[in-house]
Amino acid sequence: MYRFNFQPVFDNLDMLAYGAWLTIQLSFTAMAIGLVVSILGAVAKTSGIRPLRWIVDVYVEVIRNTPFLIQIFFIFFGLPAFGISMSPNTAALVALVVNVGAYGTEIIRAGIESIPQGQIEAGRALALTPTQIFRHVVLKPALRNIYPSLTSQFIYLMLTSSVVSVISANDLAAAGADLNARTFASFEIYLVLTIMYFLLALGFSTLFGTLRRVFFNYPAGR
Amino acid sequence: MIREFSSVDLIFIAMAIRWTLILSIIAFVGGAAGGLVLALSRTSHSRALRLVSMSFIQVFQGTPLLMQLFLVYFGLAVLGLPIDPLVAAAVALTLHASAFLGEIWRGAIQAVPQGQSEAATALALSYRDRMRHVVLPQAMRVATAPTVGFLVQLIKGTSLASIIGFTELTRAGQIVNNATFQPFLVFGTVAALYFILCWPLSLLARRMEARMRLAITR
Repeated sequence: MYRFNFQPVFDNLDMLAYGAWLTIQLSFTAMAIGLVVSILGAVAKTSGIRPLRWIVDVYVEVIRNTPFLIQIFFIFFGLPAFGISMSPNTAALVALVVNVGAYGTEIIRAGIESIPQGQIEAGRALALTPTQIFRHVVLKPALRNIYPSLTSQFIYLMLTSSVVSVISANDLAAAGADLNARTFASFEIYLVLTIMYFLLALGFSTLFGTLRRVFFNYPAGR
Repeated sequence: MIREFSSVDLIFIAMAIRWTLILSIIAFVGGAAGGLVLALSRTSHSRALRLVSMSFIQVFQGTPLLMQLFLVYFGLAVLGLPIDPLVAAAVALTLHASAFLGEIWRGAIQAVPQGQSEAATALALSYRDRMRHVVLPQAMRVATAPTVGFLVQLIKGTSLASIIGFTELTRAGQIVNNATFQPFLVFGTVAALYFILCWPLSLLARRMEARMRLAITR
């Protein structure tokens, strides 16, 4: 009969809480930089400059059709062959940025393309200034359209980030692995870890839902 | 001893694809069965069934696949079973796929107009016949593209089985890398193999989606 032993988990809750904080930091940093990459990618894809579009297409397709685990191995173990060495934490951040950048590019591109050309023409016909058109006709509806995809992408990023523990970068999963190596209460540790990730995901999706109601509380365009 | 990356290593890696495929197929078949049950529960009249299936889906969509793998892997010991990476990976990926397919198919079932179901009820069809002959065939058309899309996620997800020590494509790459220390070459090869598996499915899903959108706007 298996005897549960949660003592090591309770004794080290502060360590796990700190791990959760690292995961939140890592996810936010990766998302912030990833958004910059995504905007650049989306602009390049919709720019009409062929070679630029092809490069972004290759980037997006390669990243979306290979596992994150391989991407992180490639960046952490593979790139040093070209003299690009990174600490585990930096490699983890870079891998997450590269990964979320590919998905984000598609989300933002879809957001840009979701504004019908006719809307912009209508704005011009109403004698709105280009700044007004951009703010009220393009940006606000586009943001509302992509907000749900972006926030679920963030939560997905946070859950995926647990994989960075394999190259011993610091995060919640790494804190758990560390504790596991010291106490061997494996099932109990991973049960608590899973619950912590679930609470993080639940908390952020509730927060994003509330923010959506506050900031995008205007009638739908179409 | 560090040795050269040779054709033997390449064959070793390529052969490991079969475990990636086997794992993907097990998870997809198991996930399809579980997903159907979940989707039907989610759309049923029973409040309890709806609540249970919704919680199942939320838990598996709101936690990392890596944690799910670890929990099942170490959970085997809790159940008094021998710890086996293949069993653990197959079970965890099946549960994972059930949740995602369940959610995709729930959406597809709900996309079938309510009137269809009502008309079938008016024709005195039983729940079974209604689902089999009226609702599910129509839901299937909506569900195909996102299901193929999820298959890509699932194949990529099997790479995590390497972390609990199951020798599929990723683990084979790690083993070869440890012997040859050519990470750029080795992981480049592994990435290319995953890409060859996943890309055609991605293209297929996208094409089906585009055709679907045409059918709807027409």
